[in-house]
Amino acid sequence: MSLDAATVRRVANLARLRLDETEVEKLRSELNGILGWIEQLQAVDTEGVEPMAGGSPVPVALPWRQDAVTDGGQADAILRNAPDREGEYFGVPKVVE
Amino acid sequence: MRPTDYTIAEGLRALDKREISSVELTQAYVEAIETHNPRLNAYITVTAQQALEEARASDARRAEGKSGALEGIPLGIKDLFCTAGTRTTAASRILGEFVPPYESSVSGNLRRDGAVFLGKLNLDEFAMGSANTTSAFGPVENPWSRANDPAKRLVPGGSSGGSAAAVAARLAMGATATDTGGSIRQPAAFCGVTGIKPTYGRCSRWGVVAFASSLDQAGPIARNVEDCAILLRSMSGFDPKDSTSADLPVPDFAAACGRSVKGLRIGVPAEYTMPGLAPEIDALWQQGLAWLKDAGAEIVPISLPHTKYALPTYYVVAPAEASSNLARYDGVRFGTRTAERDSDLRDLYERTRAAGFGAEVRRRIMIGTYVLSAGYYDAYYLKAQKVRALIARDFAEAWDKVDAIVTPATPSSAFPMDERQDDPVTMYLNDVFTVTANLAGLPGLAVPAGLDAQGLPLGLQVIGKAFDEETVFAVGAALERAANFTATPQVRA
Amino acid sequence: MSYTIEGASGPWEVVVGLEVHAQVLSKSKLFSGAATAFGAAPNSQVSFVDAGFPGMLPVINGECVAQAVRTGLGLNAKINLWSRFDRKNYFYADLPQGYQISQYKDPIVGEGVIEIELTDGSTKEIGITRLHLEQDAGKSLHDQHPSKSFIDLNRSGVALMEIVSEPDMRSPEEAGAYLSKLRQILRYLGTCDGNMDEGSMRADVNVSVRKAGEDFRTRCEIKNVNSVRFVMQAVEAEARRQVELWESGGTVDQETRLFDTGRGTTRSMRSKEDAHDYRYFPDPDLPPLVLEQSWVDELKAGLPELPDARRARYVAMGLSPYDAHVLTIERETAAFFEIVAKGRDAKVAANWVTGDYFAALNRLKRDVSDSPVSAENLGALLDLIADGTLSGKLAKEVFDAMLEADEPPAAIVEKRGLRQVTDTGAIEAVVDGVLAANADKIAQYKAGKTGLFGFFVGQTMKAMGGKGNPAIVNDLLKQKLDG
Repeated sequence: MSLDAATVRRVANLARLRLDETEVEKLRSELNGILGWIEQLQAVDTEGVEPMAGGSPVPVALPWRQDAVTDGGQADAILRNAPDREGEYFGVPKVVE
Repeated sequence: MRPTDYTIAEGLRALDKREISSVELTQAYVEAIETHNPRLNAYITVTAQQALEEARASDARRAEGKSGALEGIPLGIKDLFCTAGTRTTAASRILGEFVPPYESSVSGNLRRDGAVFLGKLNLDEFAMGSANTTSAFGPVENPWSRANDPAKRLVPGGSSGGSAAAVAARLAMGATATDTGGSIRQPAAFCGVTGIKPTYGRCSRWGVVAFASSLDQAGPIARNVEDCAILLRSMSGFDPKDSTSADLPVPDFAAACGRSVKGLRIGVPAEYTMPGLAPEIDALWQQGLAWLKDAGAEIVPISLPHTKYALPTYYVVAPAEASSNLARYDGVRFGTRTAERDSDLRDLYERTRAAGFGAEVRRRIMIGTYVLSAGYYDAYYLKAQKVRALIARDFAEAWDKVDAIVTPATPSSAFPMDERQDDPVTMYLNDVFTVTANLAGLPGLAVPAGLDAQGLPLGLQVIGKAFDEETVFAVGAALERAANFTATPQVRA
Repeated sequence: MSYTIEGASGPWEVVVGLEVHAQVLSKSKLFSGAATAFGAAPNSQVSFVDAGFPGMLPVINGECVAQAVRTGLGLNAKINLWSRFDRKNYFYADLPQGYQISQYKDPIVGEGVIEIELTDGSTKEIGITRLHLEQDAGKSLHDQHPSKSFIDLNRSGVALMEIVSEPDMRSPEEAGAYLSKLRQILRYLGTCDGNMDEGSMRADVNVSVRKAGEDFRTRCEIKNVNSVRFVMQAVEAEARRQVELWESGGTVDQETRLFDTGRGTTRSMRSKEDAHDYRYFPDPDLPPLVLEQSWVDELKAGLPELPDARRARYVAMGLSPYDAHVLTIERETAAFFEIVAKGRDAKVAANWVTGDYFAALNRLKRDVSDSPVSAENLGALLDLIADGTLSGKLAKEVFDAMLEADEPPAAIVEKRGLRQVTDTGAIEAVVDGVLAANADKIAQYKAGKTGLFGFFVGQTMKAMGGKGNPAIVNDLLKQKLDG
């Protein structure tokens, strides 16, 4: 599975990472190395094997919580670390839909 | 007995008997940090003033008879745990000056039990690394050095390099750490200290900056097995805020340290004898098994057939989950924002993340995004999760025959910081013995067992059944007793 | 006569499928304990989990699970006892985590079906493909600042049910009927308030066209249409646009569009090139959702009666299909009606409710939920008519009085002395008086002007202030005039 530069750029796009051309080439080479190494997984016979769901070593089911308001009401704490706080909102460059 | 000589167990007794106060203990550590941290760089943030205030409050509580299980014990906290009111960085530029408005459940448990926090410990950025060389705040130096080349700076291992180095150099009595592919066990082994990654779900992940959600676990690093057991007991426990938290009672892990290993069946997996395994490591492994046999345990050869696929499986699953977990670092709600005057939203994301994430993090995000992307999900992520199930099954079947498994912790001792690791895959091989336990969700402990020819520590690993940390502690303690590892690093308080 | 659009080359069929996002009625959000109430101050109903802060983790709200199951049962759908949550990964300012927790491969509810009623009286079954739970995103305001958008995360994390229909609709009317019916079912169940103007229910409309007998052609998705009327308009506008494209030799590209309510046309959204690569994978923070069949059965037993069943029951009670339909459009109206009708003649009750009562609501610009008169009082009024205390005409007078002040009708009757007089002797006295005063009219009547009978009735009633029992008045006058 060999990556070309176009694929690297597409993946960087999906991940919202800006790459310049030298970085694209460097990453292409590194990622190809890693992916080549990962290829060995194809040799494993996984016919009929259920993929592991999550990280628990024992079967678990999703626990439920009660429907009660136990959180929120803390606008200041939510906004306090914002790089661009506009009053009660987060400010971002304007988005055109 | 200097203040920094006490282990946690000894310290608790001394504090109880009023032989020493928490303020004295804490002051000694604050001074130790002042002296040695500039060189080792184990701490990113030191909270000396706050620590002394906490120590004073602890002494006051003790005077009123209100002592917790860790009352007055000064600890370092890996800077991956969100600590309320104290800057938390995950060793990344992208979090900027983020000060969490909440406390992680695990560090909260330690506070509940009366511990004192000395500061936030250095790590590989977002816990991605095995040498603590990817931190945005500079690398951590291993307090150990080679006998024949003392000037050569060595890595402490990673990602919890700061935690391991701090404990080894006596800059903290104990430390919290996290382990996703070996990040507690490998640095503990490189620094000649003890560390345990408990069963997945034993410790809450709430408030721990997420790397790979199905693999991350918090755990302690300390000077010996008993101290680890004491710390783990406080750290553990069901947390309803974490849907993967195990709703099980927490046993008295320290009590298990004294258990005899007589009659225990110790598994030796054939596949861990890897081609090129250093003779010293192999010798130490055999020695460890002999110690256990002498103590009455039975050594049983076993097979974990899918072992060799563990690393590539890990390097599909972990980056995939990380690529998703790190999507929230976008410059909108916290952390740094990098933008030009005319940046649009997309620009803001791309620049912020490119500038804020280091090379290793970017690399893993790219791998993770790729293996999840359309057309590749089945071949990579789904495939890897199936191989993972087989790895877990290998262990499940082994437990029919054995009660614990003993292996080397690392393929080598600590290597030099300037050893160029151009090929990412070479770096990844450091985790070869440890990732299996993460993939299977099982507890794994690293205990120092000897020194190599250069005088550098080597560790052995004990892997146990799900939620059977007690047996792991028992076997680890037996190895510790037999090894009688008393060497200390060249740099220490 | 099925709906088609005439193109130059002949008629085109329209194929429509709807994906409806319905906000779940619950006090707190799907995976956090923050409140869900509409209209709160910005960012005041936000947990650190909703804001995607480092180390935050989701914990599912059991009531949201129950609401999804109730909805599935109301849609006659298969409830999946095992389902899973997946992450849908994409970047947007109103999506703090950089992914939405949704369900992709294994949704909580599978295939179902609902019946819609069309204006020509026919019914049609529309298939439901699936229903799944997912998080809503926050809100972006683009008009508060010249160069910035403002983000409010109050809505981030609110539980949504995404209900996907089969592409079974073939006209704007069918699409509208489906959406209305779905909304009605959700409101009956109490699982969503269906307030499209507040955004608690939104529709993505998938439209394609084809010639009769063809397979499906490319479809376009029109996002976030927030009223039944607009859905119908959007279907028509988009279908026409596609027909024109095909007819002129062009092709329809699969794309996401918006309905411009002002112009009545659809337009392409700014392209999100990689928007389709969501890199779904099971959320490792959430183990699988497992339901017990016994719990599902309990929920089923506790479901309120649904519109179709209720309508059928009303018709069985003797109501006309039209009245049954009108009374069951809203659950609150049906509930009101049933109190009025309890232990009384259902048809009479239906007449009063759909007649005078609805007219009054219209006039006063009120609705059943803030009714000017209680159902109990209206029912009591019907009792007073039935037992002869009030004539029909007087009853309306009492009703008007009740609209002003919701008093029990018996009290009003007492206060105003409106009790109908049934004492034959008393009536006879008045009748005699009227006859005595109108001897000339009597002569005219006996001479053949039988129409004057009404005059005598009127005079008698007037003398009695309208309180005379009409039947007795009639009988007595007949006796005295004809006997």
